[in-house]
Amino acid sequence: MTRRKPIATGSDWNFEILEAYERELSRLADEYRLDTYPNQIEIITTEQMMDAYASVGMPVGYHHWSFGKQFLAVEQAYRRGQMGLAYELVINSDPCIAYLMEENTLMMQVLVMAHACYGHNSFFKGNYLFRTWTDASSIVDYLVFARRYVAECEERHGVTAVEQLLDACHALQNYGVDRYKRPSPISAEEEVRRQAEREEYLQAQVNTLWRTIPGRPQADALPGSLDSEEDPLGLHAGGRYPPEPQENLLYFLEKNAPLLAPWQREIVRIVRKLAQYFYPQRQTQVMNEGWASFWHYTLMNRLYDEGLVDEGLMLEFLQSHTAVVSQPGFDSPFYSGINPYALGFAMFSDIKRMCENPTDEDREWFPDTAGSDWLEAVHFAMRNFKDESFIQQFLSPKVMRDLKLFSIVDDDQEEMLEVTAIHDERGYRRIREALAQQYALSLREPNIQVFEANIRGNRSLTLHHVQDSRRPMGRSVYPVIRHLHQLWGFPVRLESLSEDGTVARRYQWPLPDEEGKE
Amino acid sequence: MTYFIDRRANAKNKSAVNRQRFLDRYRTHIKRSVEEAVNRRSITDMERGEKVSIPTRDISEPVFQHGPGGKRTIVSPGNKEFVEGDRLRRPSGGGGGEGAGEGGASNQGEGMDEFAFSLTREEFLDFVFDGLELPHLERKALKDLDEVKPVRAGVTRDGVPARINIVRSMREAYARRIAMRAPIRRALREAQEALEEEERKDPVLRNPSRIAELKAEIERLEKRLEAVPFIDTYDLRYNNLINQPQPSSKAVMFCVMDVSGSMTQAHKDIAKRFFLLLYLFLERNYEKVELVFVRHHTAAKEVDEEEFFYSRETGGTIVSSALTLVDEIITRRYPPSQWNLYVAQASDGDNWDDDSVNCRERLMKSLMPRLQYYTYVEITPHAHQALWEEYETVAAEFPDRFAMRQIVEAGDIYPVFRELFKRRAAH
Repeated sequence: MTRRKPIATGSDWNFEILEAYERELSRLADEYRLDTYPNQIEIITTEQMMDAYASVGMPVGYHHWSFGKQFLAVEQAYRRGQMGLAYELVINSDPCIAYLMEENTLMMQVLVMAHACYGHNSFFKGNYLFRTWTDASSIVDYLVFARRYVAECEERHGVTAVEQLLDACHALQNYGVDRYKRPSPISAEEEVRRQAEREEYLQAQVNTLWRTIPGRPQADALPGSLDSEEDPLGLHAGGRYPPEPQENLLYFLEKNAPLLAPWQREIVRIVRKLAQYFYPQRQTQVMNEGWASFWHYTLMNRLYDEGLVDEGLMLEFLQSHTAVVSQPGFDSPFYSGINPYALGFAMFSDIKRMCENPTDEDREWFPDTAGSDWLEAVHFAMRNFKDESFIQQFLSPKVMRDLKLFSIVDDDQEEMLEVTAIHDERGYRRIREALAQQYALSLREPNIQVFEANIRGNRSLTLHHVQDSRRPMGRSVYPVIRHLHQLWGFPVRLESLSEDGTVARRYQWPLPDEEGKE
Repeated sequence: MTYFIDRRANAKNKSAVNRQRFLDRYRTHIKRSVEEAVNRRSITDMERGEKVSIPTRDISEPVFQHGPGGKRTIVSPGNKEFVEGDRLRRPSGGGGGEGAGEGGASNQGEGMDEFAFSLTREEFLDFVFDGLELPHLERKALKDLDEVKPVRAGVTRDGVPARINIVRSMREAYARRIAMRAPIRRALREAQEALEEEERKDPVLRNPSRIAELKAEIERLEKRLEAVPFIDTYDLRYNNLINQPQPSSKAVMFCVMDVSGSMTQAHKDIAKRFFLLLYLFLERNYEKVELVFVRHHTAAKEVDEEEFFYSRETGGTIVSSALTLVDEIITRRYPPSQWNLYVAQASDGDNWDDDSVNCRERLMKSLMPRLQYYTYVEITPHAHQALWEEYETVAAEFPDRFAMRQIVEAGDIYPVFRELFKRRAAH
């Protein structure tokens, strides 16, 4: 074994030491073929870290009270010591911005560099969702554009007007993403250049939609529309608008809401674009954190093997790493759901294990992976999956046994909960299926789509909620459709459809008694 | 490729705007908490911030979510004794471990139905004194301009070395060098060109004396070029400071309290809280606030804070003794042309029978014309006595500058204070 010549000892750091470690990490990362954006590592203070946290990781953001609320919450939690800040904050941009807090120890700084600058960074650059849905090189410019635009609107139309609009948009931002088609890349200069043009164009579009000259009557009259005896001239037989249900509510509002002013449409667009940017992150928590943890673990061990860090630092690292990837059981007071770090780290480590030391079980479950080149296998997994499919594909019986996973069915028609599967031969596949579902964004959030905008009658907007396993809407539905009503400007109806297609429940805003109808 | 950037020196309050927006939005909630805090707090610590809680439902940002009910499958870790097919009772009240199926939306710290955060001291006091103002601040400010304050006023050509403006001086020097060298350079270039032309000529045709002349000229010009000084006294620029007259921004607050036997410790506590509020309020409006404590029973005495609030005295009460002392102190130490004068008096309303008239006389004739504001609080649940009646005539005479209120218990302090200093429509 080589004699240790650590780059530095103790817990103090300076820029030379950080740069030296960074060089070593970079060399090792190359060895493991981690392809990254250039790193921009920023050293910041605690207060700055809280600022960064509060703006949900955006380096610049428009002003809104909700970020202030976030800040106060972070500050309070930090002061009371409920929350270690610091583990890492990294931004999916090119160059990739990572924050190091000045009061961290040397170990923490090296760990965060390995975790964020090589783990997350390579994930952002490699994973198909990020490649498809986000454009790392233009996000910072776009954020600057958004901030300036919102500030201008505040000057012109007043802070309150903008705030109320943003409140409404934020309530719907999870429904502001395109799930199946790639958005065109967003770029700040182009945004500014095209914005004026778009304003006019959009407004013209909306006007066309709402013009009162009747269009060509269409043959396929709707079930809901009046029959021909009541409407002999066929005035209502125009077909439904939109012809297909729309899942991107904010997009639909931006293009079709009758009364929004051009600047309001632009702000709806900004919120929508940012929601789209964060969409991949919401779908890859387990993979992203797992991948980063897997690499900080691997890289730190390599540093130790090469004698570049001393035992003290390594012990400190192991303590911190263990805390990060620990998974308390469901009955522990510390339990707060499945820890994405723990699950992701366990799964990536397990892929490596089954490549290096495959068991018979692995050969049966993962014939393609077991015994293959591990580096190739983890890269393949990182590039081509999201949480849902990653779990479906790679959650092995061993990991399920290690975590002692079990699944419970909670059915409100039954009096008792039922344990439907545990970590045994009969249960593996069912647990894997259920866990994958748990991470499917499409099932985590209610499935809501725009069904019809009544463009010939009272201009009301009808949405459909398709229930999954009879799960109803939460209580927040009224405040949200109220926001929706603010944006649309006319009555909004939400119909909750049970699985057989019948309407189980209706919500509407304004409330019927207020309106005096129905 | 990696680069490090040290951002520690950058501004840290990036979230200040958002924080402020949040506070503005929930003004009414926060104000309620602050009012409660003011009445609850021990008298010495108005100096720190305050923890405020708002019900979470009031500040939630709603999104579409699944509600409870229906059929859902939850995968959890840490199975110990369950086997497939086990049936369990539902954990009651959502306190159990399996409750985390709520769309993954539980934000850290489950079961929190209060959103708690801290206000800084400044923010806290902003809320405490929100909508209040000092009466007659402007009258004083316009009249007295004998205070001066040095302020920056551009740059000048002369000054002391300590105030040299380096950037401007160097810029002047640079401009002067360009200006002075340009003609020399031009002459030099011409001479060099002439020399080259001369040297290009056929050796037979050269004019040696002309060449020597040109060479001498070039040498002379080069010397001159070098002689242009790098910096000259002429270039020096100094930051200029001028004395600007300032509105008087000093205030003195007289705390006058009756310490006769009838004033109990509870009375004094109430008085102290009132004085403290007034002090904090003055402190926000003036750069410098001095405090003078005057206590009295039958005779008045100027004392320090500790003695003012905590030493015990007995005996009768002659209020006019205190007013006379205040009057003397003003004349001796605080000329009204330079000081904003405030008097706050607290008493239980007792006074020597004939003395109340003297008080009125003293106030009307000599004190009130010089004071900014006079507040009198009477801490008593009982009926008013002669002093209150006499003061009422003063209040009628000086309605803008004399205020009096009754306080019965500690909870009245803040409302009374607010009432006294409520922002009034401009007359």
